[in-house]
Amino acid sequence: MAKIIAGMGTSHVPGVGAAMDNGKTDEAYWQPLFTGFAPLREWHKNNVPDVNIIVFNDHATSYSLDNYSTFTIGVGEEFTPADEGWGPRKVPQLKGHPELAWHLVESLMAEEFDMAVAASLEVDHGCTVPLSIAYDQPDEWPAAVIPLCVNVIQHPLPTALRCYKLGQAIGRAVASFPDDITVGIWGTGGLSHQLGGERAGVVNPEFDKRFLDNLTADPEANAHISHTEFIRDAGCEGIEMIMWNVMRGALNDKVNEIYRFYHIPVSATAYGAIILENNE
Amino acid sequence: MTTRDYDDVPGTYVLDSRSYRKGYHLNMFLMTLNKAENREEFAKDEEGYLSQFKVTDAQRQAVLDRQYLELLHLGANVYYAFKLVSHDRKPPQVMYGKMSRPELSFEEFQEMMLSGGRPIEGNRYKDESNG
Repeated sequence: MAKIIAGMGTSHVPGVGAAMDNGKTDEAYWQPLFTGFAPLREWHKNNVPDVNIIVFNDHATSYSLDNYSTFTIGVGEEFTPADEGWGPRKVPQLKGHPELAWHLVESLMAEEFDMAVAASLEVDHGCTVPLSIAYDQPDEWPAAVIPLCVNVIQHPLPTALRCYKLGQAIGRAVASFPDDITVGIWGTGGLSHQLGGERAGVVNPEFDKRFLDNLTADPEANAHISHTEFIRDAGCEGIEMIMWNVMRGALNDKVNEIYRFYHIPVSATAYGAIILENNE
Repeated sequence: MTTRDYDDVPGTYVLDSRSYRKGYHLNMFLMTLNKAENREEFAKDEEGYLSQFKVTDAQRQAVLDRQYLELLHLGANVYYAFKLVSHDRKPPQVMYGKMSRPELSFEEFQEMMLSGGRPIEGNRYKDESNG
């Protein structure tokens, strides 16, 4: 049977990818961040699963106003890093895992989560930056990837609770997959940030700390945060944090917090990362 | 028009059905800048390129003048507006600073973030802020 070994939450700020791609990680601005990545990377080196399910959002890259889905699973053999306006990142292709991806689609549909299915999905920084954070700059990514794309931009969005329940259903789906493979699940985006408007640059460390504390100890609390509460208290784009609820929902009720890192700023964002292992 | 319970959050532009409809053609124009060949065409003749899209005169002018806050007022979403600042090969903080009120330079925006970011205190409700 397949088994989820751990969940990771991480912001997916495009600047992190750009700093790595352009060799700027030693600069004073980036140093604290990459110092904070070191223990996380060490953990990943020792805990490479067969597949990572990466819950992320597209940023006007493969989806736009003319066609949008709430939840999409990538079932392709591989996924290409996208051109988001400054040329594609020169990072390895992502190898998919169609068997598990289709099993997820079938299991989730049977549980009344009506998933969209994408064979061809160009993935943007939302998906590739977390891979770079976890695995640095390898010639190829060490694990297959199932991209799970959530609409967190074009309202109405799925609720925080819906995301949590989707995660729980993913947990059950993985557990019912017959092959003996290991699976990681990543929730990406956040933490508090707002990019647009007169209030651009707003962050809220207290909100973020409470969210991270609850992620480990009281995930139901994070599932009951309203969209307006996120927008008001964590910034318009801070609402990406609902994708961490998908990750947390897929884990056991009890988890061990292995690592946490928080740093302001990365561009206009409060960066956060967490690693949670299932407590059996 | 239908109101939303986040309408009292200051200086914040949520992509909902109201801005979706107002900014549809503007955002769809911005979306085309994802492709290198379109960026080349746009660079050669911005006005000519824009004439292919059903954007309003005000939207066209805001694009040409790189008036980022005005673009949001006219229905653009920040992730779509991002395409324009990327096209100009400028860091996003240039756009964030131009949208800020009071307006901030790249350096001033960086400095604000390096000193902990814009505080949430005083920025949750319109009646407590200048936004």
